[in-house]
Amino acid sequence: MKNIGINTVSALIIPLVILLAAGAALRKKEDVFAAMTTGATEGLSVIAKILPALIALLSAVYMLRASGAMDALAVVLAPAFRFFGLPPETAPLILIRPISGSGALAVGSEIMGKYGADSLIGRTAAIMLGSTETTFYTIAVYFGALHIKRTRYAIPAALVADFVGFVVAAVTARVMYVG
Amino acid sequence: MAMAFIWIGIVLFSLVFSLFAGTSAEVGKAALDGATAAVKLAIEILGPTCLWCGVMEVMRRGGLADGLSRLLRPILTRLFPSTRHNADALTSVSANVSANLLGLGNAATPLGIRAATAFSRDAAAGVATDDMCMLVVMNTASIQLIPSTVAAVRSSLGSAAPFDILPAVWVTSIASVTAGICAAKLLRRLWR
Repeated sequence: MKNIGINTVSALIIPLVILLAAGAALRKKEDVFAAMTTGATEGLSVIAKILPALIALLSAVYMLRASGAMDALAVVLAPAFRFFGLPPETAPLILIRPISGSGALAVGSEIMGKYGADSLIGRTAAIMLGSTETTFYTIAVYFGALHIKRTRYAIPAALVADFVGFVVAAVTARVMYVG
Repeated sequence: MAMAFIWIGIVLFSLVFSLFAGTSAEVGKAALDGATAAVKLAIEILGPTCLWCGVMEVMRRGGLADGLSRLLRPILTRLFPSTRHNADALTSVSANVSANLLGLGNAATPLGIRAATAFSRDAAAGVATDDMCMLVVMNTASIQLIPSTVAAVRSSLGSAAPFDILPAVWVTSIASVTAGICAAKLLRRLWR
């Protein structure tokens, strides 16, 4: 029964967001359709930009999975993951998330495909992807642009945020979508 | 360069592991399957991604990004003390945070770097200030309101309601950002 409530709310959020955006733009006398297509063109270049990395990484991830190493890795890491309430199946995603955005997208969609997008593990992977960022990439961009050499506590604090994100993702998936 | 090592590492590790596990044939085939899967994935998420980028652009032109950043100011002056006497930094930080909330990643990064540049005015060269660290921590923790790419992947994989993860993503994001902010505030006492 709980699922019905969440589904109705999130089903309504999307059309409402679109309507709100269009209404606000119309009030400012903006050409809504032109804005829409300009943005969509940017989406096109976003996908074009990540596709080469996606090909390289999914190729590698598929090899890793086919070799059986991923399963072995999950078995080795299982006790540590279970201690924090993390499903061991999400181990590859957690390991790559802070390093590569397209890699995490590739690994995440692999997990969702294998276990099912609406399964508990698939949902956990989706929530993890949606609520964390590519930490090391962001840090490199910001401090690189400013020529900062002493980053002080930025990296540990950012990793604390990632870790809490993973643990809470596993909890919310279990509490909000099971039963 | 880091990505190169990780990529080669994964390939090498799979190869060596497959020799021991006797799965070499599968690994060879998987390399090509992975490339095909990447293109399929890209095509399947292309439509929803373009749709959302379009909606976000409509939002931006409708002034929703500006409205958000006005709303955020009282909170941001607390998180970034130097913005109280640095109006330029405050404008950039609030624009950066609201772009992140709307999922405008491409717009958020240059705004964030502008804010960080404004912070660097009262800093020793090459050393990150407290406000800079806080800004980086907030940008490494995702605060996106609508994770559209993930939803696009879910819908391509046959999810019944791709956006039903929204409440969980919000709870998780809030927990993660709060943890990052607290960690930054605690650690700044130890790091001099």
